[in-house]
Amino acid sequence: MGELDFGVIARSWPYLLKGLKYTVQLTAVAAIGGTFFGTLLAMARLSSFKPVALLAAGYVNLMRSIPLLLVIFWFYFLSPILLQSIMGWERPPQIGAERSAYITFVMFEAAYFCEIMRAGIQSIGKGQASAAYALGLGYLQTMKLIILPQAFRNMLPVLLTQVIVLFQDVSLVSLLNVTDFVGASVKIAQRDSRIVEMYMFVAIVYFMLCYSLSTLVKQVQKRIAIIR
Amino acid sequence: MIEINDVSKWYGNFQVLTDCTTTVKKGEVVVICGPSGSGKSTLIKCVNALEPFQKGIITVDGMSVNNSQTDLPKLRARVGMVFQHFELFPHLSITENLTLAQMKVLGRSKEEALDKGLKLLNRVGLQTQAAKFPGELSGGQQQRVAIARALAMDPIAMLFDEPTSALDPEMINEVLDVMVELANEGMTMMCVTHEMGFARKVANRVIFMDQGKIVEDDTKASFFDNPRSERAQQFLAKILHH
Repeated sequence: MGELDFGVIARSWPYLLKGLKYTVQLTAVAAIGGTFFGTLLAMARLSSFKPVALLAAGYVNLMRSIPLLLVIFWFYFLSPILLQSIMGWERPPQIGAERSAYITFVMFEAAYFCEIMRAGIQSIGKGQASAAYALGLGYLQTMKLIILPQAFRNMLPVLLTQVIVLFQDVSLVSLLNVTDFVGASVKIAQRDSRIVEMYMFVAIVYFMLCYSLSTLVKQVQKRIAIIR
Repeated sequence: MIEINDVSKWYGNFQVLTDCTTTVKKGEVVVICGPSGSGKSTLIKCVNALEPFQKGIITVDGMSVNNSQTDLPKLRARVGMVFQHFELFPHLSITENLTLAQMKVLGRSKEEALDKGLKLLNRVGLQTQAAKFPGELSGGQQQRVAIARALAMDPIAMLFDEPTSALDPEMINEVLDVMVELANEGMTMMCVTHEMGFARKVANRVIFMDQGKIVEDDTKASFFDNPRSERAQQFLAKILHH
């Protein structure tokens, strides 16, 4: 084994940064989109209208039973073909790996955020909704103004923990040849034969980012404990 | 004002209300009492449609509660309700608790809602607490805010669902005082409560419920002096004996 050369990081810095930027972007979009659609799914799951509740439960259970990697492949390889046959197009549409990853992650994370938000909504006593209805507020107003703000606050630590998991899971898109942070590093490692250096560097960056996020989670937990 | 006609309700196969009929006239104060599980809370929650019922008719100020044509939020906004566990919104300040529904349901401006809310807060003696959050107030104070919040909607009637039974003994009177004052001003009230002192002071009528049925529905004087049913006699003996 030759000398270690960490200069490779500095030399390929712009490329690595581009990868890191994509990773952060995909995480942010999946977290925000997942929370939004997950909240809608949670409301659907708790709906007293059975067909809606069953449909949402089916979606969530399906997504949570399939490995993320399979969902990524499914969406990337099979959905263009599926779309083609449904729409009767001559050629499969070009969705592209990067766009496909955004859609896949939002859809996948929505299932997990749904379960978190569902627990959050259920953690708010039934009396809160009764009080809101008694004042004349409708269902959507009650959800938006009374239940969801409290549910969201109660679940914030869990939501952030899920974001940490999501941030790490995003690295799977490198298998679609997307240049996320891991994808960029792997390419540099192979091109320059600096595998040890690059993989160590990636691990350290991931550790630092995730560790600071989990420190944030602890802070948030303390803040919430005081408010209550 | 409130007409309850032959109302029955089931949870699955279990019947919680059986053929309940009574009327509350404008300005009348009716106290509902009875052992726990007798259906008194359920009945009062049927009045503003927080609980659905399967048989019978309830009308509030001429609007039918269980008619699908009725605008329920509108009906509920006209009937104030006070809950056993206060149910103030813990993520909102006292001021926001008082103004939220005024603005969102009645479409009042922020100034108008604030003016109204603070006047009522003043009336229940808590004007200095406006900026606080519910968690910073005592139970008695929270319940007084809850009453002010309901009054801010200018209700035509008020429903009280055991408003003092979650309170420490020393806080019960501050809430009852507000309720007595309200009754003396002529508010139409239905109160589920075990506070017989309150009933003696302001009630026009007392309804006694047992096992989902209205067993007695009588003037205050005849209910306390010679309750007709054995169950009401036993109930009164139990709660008045200490």
